[in-house]
Amino acid sequence: MRTLTSVFVLSSAMLLAACSSTKLDDKAPVVDRSASGAGADARSVGTVNANSDPLNDPQGVLAKRSVYFDYDSYSVKGEYQPILENHAKYLQSHKDRKIIIQGNTDERGGAEYNLALGQKRAEAVRKSMSLLGVSDSQMEAVSLGKEKPKAEGHDEAAWAENRRADIVY
Amino acid sequence: MNAMTKSIFFRTFAIVALLIANLAHAQIRVEIAGVGANRIPIAIAAFGDESIAPSQISAIVKADLGRSGYFRIIDTGNVMTENTPINYADWKSRGANAIVVGSVSRLPGGHFDVKYRLFDTVKETQLSSMALSSQPQFIRVAGHKIADDIYLKLLGIPGAFATRIAYVTKAGREYHLEIADSDGEGVQVALRSNEPIISPSWSPDGTKVAYVSFENKKPVVYVQDLVTRKRTVVANFKGSNSAPAWSPDGSRLAVALSRSGLTQMYMVNADGSNLRRLTSSAGIDTEPQFSADGQTIYFTSDRSGGPQIYKMSAAGGEARRVTFNGTYNISPRISPDGKSLAYISRRDGKFQLYLLDLTNGQEIRLSDTGRDESPSFSPNGKYLMYATSDGGRGTLAVVSVDGSVRQRLSIRAGDIQEPKWGPFMK
Repeated sequence: MRTLTSVFVLSSAMLLAACSSTKLDDKAPVVDRSASGAGADARSVGTVNANSDPLNDPQGVLAKRSVYFDYDSYSVKGEYQPILENHAKYLQSHKDRKIIIQGNTDERGGAEYNLALGQKRAEAVRKSMSLLGVSDSQMEAVSLGKEKPKAEGHDEAAWAENRRADIVY
Repeated sequence: MNAMTKSIFFRTFAIVALLIANLAHAQIRVEIAGVGANRIPIAIAAFGDESIAPSQISAIVKADLGRSGYFRIIDTGNVMTENTPINYADWKSRGANAIVVGSVSRLPGGHFDVKYRLFDTVKETQLSSMALSSQPQFIRVAGHKIADDIYLKLLGIPGAFATRIAYVTKAGREYHLEIADSDGEGVQVALRSNEPIISPSWSPDGTKVAYVSFENKKPVVYVQDLVTRKRTVVANFKGSNSAPAWSPDGSRLAVALSRSGLTQMYMVNADGSNLRRLTSSAGIDTEPQFSADGQTIYFTSDRSGGPQIYKMSAAGGEARRVTFNGTYNISPRISPDGKSLAYISRRDGKFQLYLLDLTNGQEIRLSDTGRDESPSFSPNGKYLMYATSDGGRGTLAVVSVDGSVRQRLSIRAGDIQEPKWGPFMK
């Protein structure tokens, strides 16, 4: 019996010796948590509006609604595919939404012929969206020709800005 | 308003006269920039009692004939009525080949009675006389009809002074479709809009205008009755609807529609019913124009790669190419006699008015400016009105088909564009 007790006493002493606690030391470094760093971002909270339309978000992917065209060109350049994909996805999940695609030209040339050329640009965007799965009933391709220029100048910079198709909800 | 004329004869017919219309009354300013060689000197007397009417008949006749570029006006300095005896030798010695006299009197009921006579001083005979009864608000039309008669008797071609023009003005964000007399007087606004208006087209009887309006955020073809203001939607199919052109019998319009994808030509009744397709090409077909006999349609097509002018039967069928010079020919306008074709051609980056003689294939350039658009024949085929740019502003210009007579029409503020010369009217 005395052996067992001494074993207990011995093991307790060993256990006690194994535990240690840090003594409060005035020289221990204090971590400053108020500075911005990875730690601060992890604490920020962004607000999600469960019922708001992503269409109205000025920072959202649907905010970009224009496709620009080179001179004498009527096909959609690859760099604009992502924009069309975003709108296509939105339209497929919002079957009640419709868009009108307005094609434009720069100011050079006759009004009626340019109306038809602007139509080709709108139609090119419409076709791309159709291939991405958007239903015909949700889209209409129209032309404004050269009648509503966004940029009023008479130089290449203005002309480039006006060779454009816009997606309008 | 006094007209100051200063004639300088150059080697060809570069006679420049500046006639500034009375700015207080006319909203369109008309400047003469070129007159014909061999103008007929004509003396025009003040008409008896013409001040009792709202406008002076002799002033209208002088302005019309002077502006036409084919007459040199000689003032008689006094009143001569249709009863005043003519001293032919006297007028011949003053250099006049012809002399115009007349009078205005008031009829019971408020109408004015306008009488006129035209004499040939060389042959010493009377060439014409007319008596017109006119309501006060249409007294200017009476003056224009007299000028038309003088033009016909001395040049052999009907005058087009008693006609009207349609055009679009743009000032700031406001667009107007306006109708004016061919001398720029009597401006009336047919349509006010915050969105563009293009391609006005007159009905053959001159009482309606078709046009393209963007008020619905897309191009739609309307027909508007100028008198009743009633508007009919003639074409609002899916896509763009544009380029209306009336058939000469007034029953239908050719239009350009993009409903099938590419812009193609269709025919539709004036009330918008009975749509039928005219062309099925692999390119853009647009800007249809009927010939005066209604049998042929001229149009713009880029089926060969770039825009060129073609013609086809109004009943449908194959098209034949008409223009072969240059890579860009648009806006075909067939002359009333069917023998010439006016169009806009891009050469060396400049968009200019050209005229093609269809009988021999000769082409002449009719302008020196670089941004010409939408030409329109006067109904007598003698002049072309077109839109151009002057110092960055949109103005209209008139040129005679032989290139000698030139006028410029401008407004004080804003651009004036899309002109369409109206038809002869009763």
